[in-house]
Amino acid sequence: MKLNRFFKIIFLSEFIKGIFIAIKEIFSKKKTINYPFEKGKISPRFRGEHALRRYPNGEERCIACKLCEAVCPAQAITIENEERSDGSRKTTRYDIDMLKCIYCGLCEESCPVDAIVQGPNFEFSTETREELYYNKEKLLENGDRWESVLAENIKLDKPYR
Amino acid sequence: METFLQIYNETYKILLLLVPILVSVALIVWFDRRVWGFVQKRKGPNVVGPFGLFQTLADALKYIFKEIIIPASANKIVFILAPIITMTLALSAWAVIPLSDKMVIADINVGILYIFAISSLSVYGIIMGGWASNSKYPFLGAIRSAAQMVSYEVSIGIIIINVLLCVGSLNLKDIVMAQQNLWFVVPLFPMFVVYFISALAETNRPPFDLPEAEAELVAGYQTEYSGMMYAMFWLGEYANILLLCALGSILFLGGWLSPVDIYPLNAIPGIFWMIFKILILFFMFALIKAIVPRYRYDQLMRLGWKIFLPFSLVYVVLTASFLVYFDLLPK
Repeated sequence: MKLNRFFKIIFLSEFIKGIFIAIKEIFSKKKTINYPFEKGKISPRFRGEHALRRYPNGEERCIACKLCEAVCPAQAITIENEERSDGSRKTTRYDIDMLKCIYCGLCEESCPVDAIVQGPNFEFSTETREELYYNKEKLLENGDRWESVLAENIKLDKPYR
Repeated sequence: METFLQIYNETYKILLLLVPILVSVALIVWFDRRVWGFVQKRKGPNVVGPFGLFQTLADALKYIFKEIIIPASANKIVFILAPIITMTLALSAWAVIPLSDKMVIADINVGILYIFAISSLSVYGIIMGGWASNSKYPFLGAIRSAAQMVSYEVSIGIIIINVLLCVGSLNLKDIVMAQQNLWFVVPLFPMFVVYFISALAETNRPPFDLPEAEAELVAGYQTEYSGMMYAMFWLGEYANILLLCALGSILFLGGWLSPVDIYPLNAIPGIFWMIFKILILFFMFALIKAIVPRYRYDQLMRLGWKIFLPFSLVYVVLTASFLVYFDLLPK
């Protein structure tokens, strides 16, 4: 046993094994990607930038039930509402402070009409803090921009909800 | 007029050697990082220029534009002198390295001694840097580095004696020409391995990078340096690595000679063989960096003094007795 160890040390057998493994790894497929040019695969449940969705006829989905505001653990959401002439209750103000948000996904989960969702976008860094105080216009614009992806993701995730 | 012409001629020759060396240092840093990344299944630097070849130039540009900070309590003269000494010594050792049978600046008879003297001096740059910083991490790093380089220099010296016994000359060209029939890596293979490992220790490469062990000493003797002074340390270090790779290929791998003296191989100019061999050795350096963890300091010292030194001494005795017994001593 001791002799075995002695020969192992003398002939650097473990180093040589290591070198061969290293050479093998050099030719193996790389696990990293060229990030800004290639992007990794994102799950349909990914919790990225928020968006407010609309119905196909252009009406906002949000009914100002304030469940998201209540459930938000970081209290990042502020909602004010009014009653419209047709008797429906809609928001006049829907603000998310993206700096407070912890991206837990509870708002999306609590929403009864799938209005507030977290999309696949994670590249929304800004140069000032002010740009990250999202208001209703910004969120609706996000919803319009990402609608096709959002709808697809909600459809894919439906069986598990 | 005569002296002026001579100075002009020498400067021209020196520049012709130095500029390619500095460029190849830049490329070798890229190569190092790339190999390191590949072994770890990363892509390594691949953005700046084709395959990321200009990454080091971009880094150098960054270093040039960074502010040089000199600590208030530092000894300014020594602090500034240290990186200059490191780089100058690392580059000046290249003067005697023959890249092919005609390409050498100083074809002196004590070439190997000259290299040995210069590389022993290079520990001064590190000690000066560590001491002048007047801060604890650089100081500890410098002490470690000094002890490490001194110990491994001893075993490298004795390994070189092995080669010199077979050659009978201190001239690097003669050492290469003595290997025309058989590269010394074959009869002296154990010495080649010991040389390689000692070279790792000599240049503070992993697994012997204790002087700049990030986890313990921040960056060792370089901690207080910034900007171009840091880059000079770094340049000197890589020039030293290249130097030891070149020395290894001259001592053991037949320098600029082709592996076998047959037509298509010996038609290739010697410099390409030399560069190829340096690259192979450097590739091994880079691989080792990727696969091994760092040694503990007492393990490092034990390896140097209690294993390598007696082993190479015994091998000197063996080589000498073999040469005497079979009457193979060089005339």
